[in-house]
Amino acid sequence: MNPNLNLLIGLAMGLNLLSLGSSRLPALIRTMSVQGVILGVMPMLMEHELDWRVVLVALATIAGKGLVIPSLLRRAMRTAQIDRELDPLIGFVPSLLLGAGGAIAALALAHLLPLLPEHADTLLVPGALATVLTGFILLIGRTKAISQVCGYLILENGIYLFGLLLIKAMPLLVEAGVLLDLTVGVFIIGIIVDRIQRAFDSLDTRKLTALRE
Amino acid sequence: MKSLLLIIVPLLGAGLAAGWPCNRSRPWLLPAVGLIHALLCGWMFFAPPVVDPGVWLAFDPLARAVLPVVSLLFLICAWYGVTYLKVRQERPNRIFVAALLAVLGLLSAGHQARHLGMLWIFTEAVTLAAVPLLHFNGTPRAFEATWKYLLVGGTGIALSLLGSLCLGYASLHGGGKGDLTFVALMSQGVGLSRPWVLIAWVLLLVGYGTKMGLAPMHTWKPEAYGEAAGIVGAILAGGVTSVAFTAILRIRSVVGAAGAGVVADHTLLAIGLFSMLVAALFLLGTRDFKRMLAYSSVEHMGILTIGAALGRAGVAAALFHVWSNGLTKGALFLSAGNIRRAAGSASMDHVRGMGLLTPRSAAIFVTGMFAVTALPPFGPFFSELQVVWAALKTGHGAATAMFLGCLLLAFFGLTRVVFGIVDGRPRDRARAGGKRFVETAGLVLPPLVLLGLSLWLGLFQPAVLHDAWADAVKQLYPHP
Repeated sequence: MNPNLNLLIGLAMGLNLLSLGSSRLPALIRTMSVQGVILGVMPMLMEHELDWRVVLVALATIAGKGLVIPSLLRRAMRTAQIDRELDPLIGFVPSLLLGAGGAIAALALAHLLPLLPEHADTLLVPGALATVLTGFILLIGRTKAISQVCGYLILENGIYLFGLLLIKAMPLLVEAGVLLDLTVGVFIIGIIVDRIQRAFDSLDTRKLTALRE
Repeated sequence: MKSLLLIIVPLLGAGLAAGWPCNRSRPWLLPAVGLIHALLCGWMFFAPPVVDPGVWLAFDPLARAVLPVVSLLFLICAWYGVTYLKVRQERPNRIFVAALLAVLGLLSAGHQARHLGMLWIFTEAVTLAAVPLLHFNGTPRAFEATWKYLLVGGTGIALSLLGSLCLGYASLHGGGKGDLTFVALMSQGVGLSRPWVLIAWVLLLVGYGTKMGLAPMHTWKPEAYGEAAGIVGAILAGGVTSVAFTAILRIRSVVGAAGAGVVADHTLLAIGLFSMLVAALFLLGTRDFKRMLAYSSVEHMGILTIGAALGRAGVAAALFHVWSNGLTKGALFLSAGNIRRAAGSASMDHVRGMGLLTPRSAAIFVTGMFAVTALPPFGPFFSELQVVWAALKTGHGAATAMFLGCLLLAFFGLTRVVFGIVDGRPRDRARAGGKRFVETAGLVLPPLVLLGLSLWLGLFQPAVLHDAWADAVKQLYPHP
């Protein structure tokens, strides 16, 4: 299909690896916001004649994933006074290897799935799978709450990539719902991160161990 | 139109509660809205509206089979909530009341959603609306529970969106025109692309299963139920989980129409039995009587899932169990909330002799425990019996044996904890707390009524209820 689209997906997959390798939270947030902007541009490249709904989704994605959420996260980071993921559960090199292996596996797996002819030569499916996997690695492998939120957002980015397959056929309702919920979700998570900070004087979720069997 | 009122009235109530100036009178909005909702729901239950197949939100047979019990449970919990919030006068309840009403409205929407996307949006919204309910107590432990709830629940909900997209792609690949109502998806039938349907099924089962609290995605449940107020636990366990369960039922019917029903039933049976086993083992170990209720809820979600795996008779039994479990669990959560408040702790290491300190709540708690472990003639006995019947009739002998074994283990676990806190001599510190805590009618009658309803469901189950469940089964399995 569109070579530019595949280029952008490749770029987003590269950013996945960058996010897995960065120990500093500002770098992680920046990687995530760049990925958000790239994702926002994609629907505009896919459509030949621009529908206003597609433009709306694109603008909302760029604003939400690229600007609002990163700035909320930066605010949370400042209140919590941390900027570094010190000792992750899955180290940076192992998570990079996992992410790279996952990307290769995603490319192989996508060939096995039946795709419509117009989607057959895009990287959307492998890109989505690899991004979802990256999100999971960050969710499971990081201990700081902000890194986990970033992982969650990257997971959502992967789902958004998959959603681009359906942007023409399905009503945009689903996409709109994602954006709305995503923003609200992070907003609430942000408040909670703030409160956890006050309650524990730390943003280390491993310290959340009062409740266990 | 009436079906939309079920959604709009509670949401307007939530808006009103958010703007209501007085902390003392605000809780009365709960029973007021709950009563309107229950009356509307009852009216529609007895005079079911004609459902236009292509409509996105409607009081269809499946909603009719489940939503009334959610409404009833909410009404009784709201009645309890008035007294509860009077006792907790020291905490501002603006957000709590508004969030509780919003949860009711969104639950009504989720139950009535006949469109894959709408179903997801409302489930997500319920998840978010429940967040303020969980950290109402404001303790560090409540924050911890909320964080885990949001992280695990958020991941589950993300996976169910991915699953919905995969199901959408299955439809598109099979020549669908982008109509994501369940009716349209079912009519596509075997035209849906099979690999995508199977991927979608796994993702949706994991996603909505997380919301339901099936093992191994149940980890948020003990934390959330353990730390939340009894009223919140009752509504989460009886209402929010049931919306995820009906979601799984609706999706199962699409997967069945696509010709993968056998695979779907096997996975449901496996995950249901696994949930029961995990819950039973944890029940034998836990020392906290509110976390005990959470594991019991995991166990009963397992029972529902097993019922869903057993074809028509099993699904009817599972719908019956939604009612009996919701009402009985409600009684347990509310009475456990009273005991927890009087004792000042939820651990059996610190709590003893509550039969002397809070005799009425303790009596309800013990009776409710027997009811939920399937003592006849309470509702759960009959619904679980029907699940066993359905399993034997479909030739699942080994699964039935495991089912009964898990029930027995759960019984040991529950009696161990319940009698541990009810029997014996109260501790001195708890005695001081118990003197301050008065078991007023507003705190004792609601759980008693719930228990009475569970008994009524077992003894005098009206034919109209049975018909409602049968109609829902007909909706889910349209071809005989």
